[in-house]
Amino acid sequence: MDILANLSLGISTAFGLSNLFYCFVGVVLGTLIGVLPGLGPVATIAMLLPITFSFEPVTALIMLAGIFYGAQYGGSTTAILVNLPGEASSVITALDGYAMARKGQAGKALATAAIGSFIAGTIATFLIALFAPPLAEMALKFGPAEYFSLLVMGLIVSIILAHGSLLHAIGMILLGLLLGIIGTDVNSGAERYTFGATWLADGIGFVVLAMGMYGVGEIINNLEKKETRDVMLKRVSGLKLSWSEFKQVLPAILRGTGVGSFLGILPGGGAVLSSFAAYAVEKKLSKNPIPFGEGAIEGVAGPEAANNAGAQTSFIPMLTLGIPSNPTMAIMIGAMMIHSIQPGPAVLTEQPALFWGLIVSMWIGNFFLIVLNLPLIGMWVKLITAPYHLMYPVILVFCAIGVISINNTEWDVFMMAAFGFIGYVFGKLECEPAPMLLGFILGPMMEEYLRRALLMSSGDFTVFVTRPLSATMLALSVIALVVVLSPAISKKREETFKE
Amino acid sequence: MSSLIKHPRDFYAGLLYATVGVAAAWIARDYNMGSAVRMGPAYFPTMLSILLTMVGVASLIRSFFHQGDAIKSFAWREIALVIGSIVLFGVLVRVAGLAISLILLVLISAWASPQFKFKTALLLALVTTALSVAVFVKGLGLPFSILGSWFGR
Repeated sequence: MDILANLSLGISTAFGLSNLFYCFVGVVLGTLIGVLPGLGPVATIAMLLPITFSFEPVTALIMLAGIFYGAQYGGSTTAILVNLPGEASSVITALDGYAMARKGQAGKALATAAIGSFIAGTIATFLIALFAPPLAEMALKFGPAEYFSLLVMGLIVSIILAHGSLLHAIGMILLGLLLGIIGTDVNSGAERYTFGATWLADGIGFVVLAMGMYGVGEIINNLEKKETRDVMLKRVSGLKLSWSEFKQVLPAILRGTGVGSFLGILPGGGAVLSSFAAYAVEKKLSKNPIPFGEGAIEGVAGPEAANNAGAQTSFIPMLTLGIPSNPTMAIMIGAMMIHSIQPGPAVLTEQPALFWGLIVSMWIGNFFLIVLNLPLIGMWVKLITAPYHLMYPVILVFCAIGVISINNTEWDVFMMAAFGFIGYVFGKLECEPAPMLLGFILGPMMEEYLRRALLMSSGDFTVFVTRPLSATMLALSVIALVVVLSPAISKKREETFKE
Repeated sequence: MSSLIKHPRDFYAGLLYATVGVAAAWIARDYNMGSAVRMGPAYFPTMLSILLTMVGVASLIRSFFHQGDAIKSFAWREIALVIGSIVLFGVLVRVAGLAISLILLVLISAWASPQFKFKTALLLALVTTALSVAVFVKGLGLPFSILGSWFGR
């Protein structure tokens, strides 16, 4: 297996006419939801999932992936122009990007964001091609004990990287794990927590949960905020960088790419954390005379490169280990399962065309995005002010139709409504839904690996610490927890998230 | 609540975790526990429930000792209209059909916005419904009846 042969297989798949078309559709939709207020990638992918049922699996994944990384681009446009980040990952871009826009340098900021994202996306695509195969090969040697420990490590890292209270993040993960138990136990056939209801026998659908918490819950949240959006400039000009400006931002882009690529791989990391970390790095290293927060161009370049790189490399653990590092990846796993592909190391060997096609499509998608975002920026600017009071009823229509069409039962609609309310309550209690979603999707896998590991060890729990790989992963989890719980670090962590 | 609870968010979240934890463990008593070698259906959920209850209790205890902001008030009107419109859609979609239930979904949910105007919302409802019927039923062939069983379909 050499990388060139793999990439050429990927190229021949991704350049197929329908794949090319749906890649384009995906990134357009992604940019759209990034620009529009109050609609995130998780809810959008959940809404569009039913439409992809009739697609080839690879085509469906290419389009859904395009939505995800396309949203990063669109989110930064609103961050720069109206100081309202379209996506959480663009929060940090708003700081210096908006400051630049106020000084009349909006075009330059947008160009930096787009070029930075493109370079980062290209490098990250190659990183996936380089690192995914060896990781998958290693994962093929994993037994149930290793898998269980890996899942534990994944959940613990996601706790650490969650915003807000650690205790609540743990609580939310456990809630998610328990929610995942609902339904028929695959091993014994016993129904658990179904209260005899047939509509619960297959468990709660992931799409129902995600649409409720991220779609419906978000809508109520937004209605309460009553935000207004004023675009300060109707026309954006000067959408380019001079050669000397390019040389100025290139190091920041490359550093951002490095930071983002690394953090994207970690569970719970992904685009949001990457952009925060990259901003901190640039703040330390920059020689720009303009202070950060007042329109320093590196403050746009670094985080934008990082969030895009992080968005891409978060596909690595999803594709090779079957472990989602963020809610969007969790929903991608859900999409793969609906197309009856079991995510995990076997995908690479059994579905090489899907794997490499998806990776190459990401690079194509990044190319589409730079074309979409630079020359056509005027179109997106108009959409920023789209009236939310006309948008959200339409979102609800999509959610309602989408959720009912999966299993053709109105109970899913009622459950979505219930999770919408629950999501809203969690928002009030400042409990983040992301760890719960991860727990929900990993719960059944965790139980299965625990069961198999204990069966093979005749019920001996020490199997998790006597097998070296498993022990290493558990040790890393414990170390990570101890480090975070130590008072000095936890204070620093609070500061990072407050900024 | 009284001044005893210093951190309301921790208190109510803890209460929620502990209640769910205890309830889940209580319900799991009816399932077969099995042993570590052959985990029964109750084994994993019971483990999780105990952990969740512990987290809940920790959060409850913590809420008496450190200070936190009050929980912001709930937007009950918005909740009732948005959640209510979805539930009504679920109730009506079979009996009244997709068209009527979608129109009501848009109208009622749009009412939650302060910028609500009946004429605009009605127009939005009609356009959205027409497009949804065209795309989802005619185009993608999803199995919805446009008019439901009340109309003899």
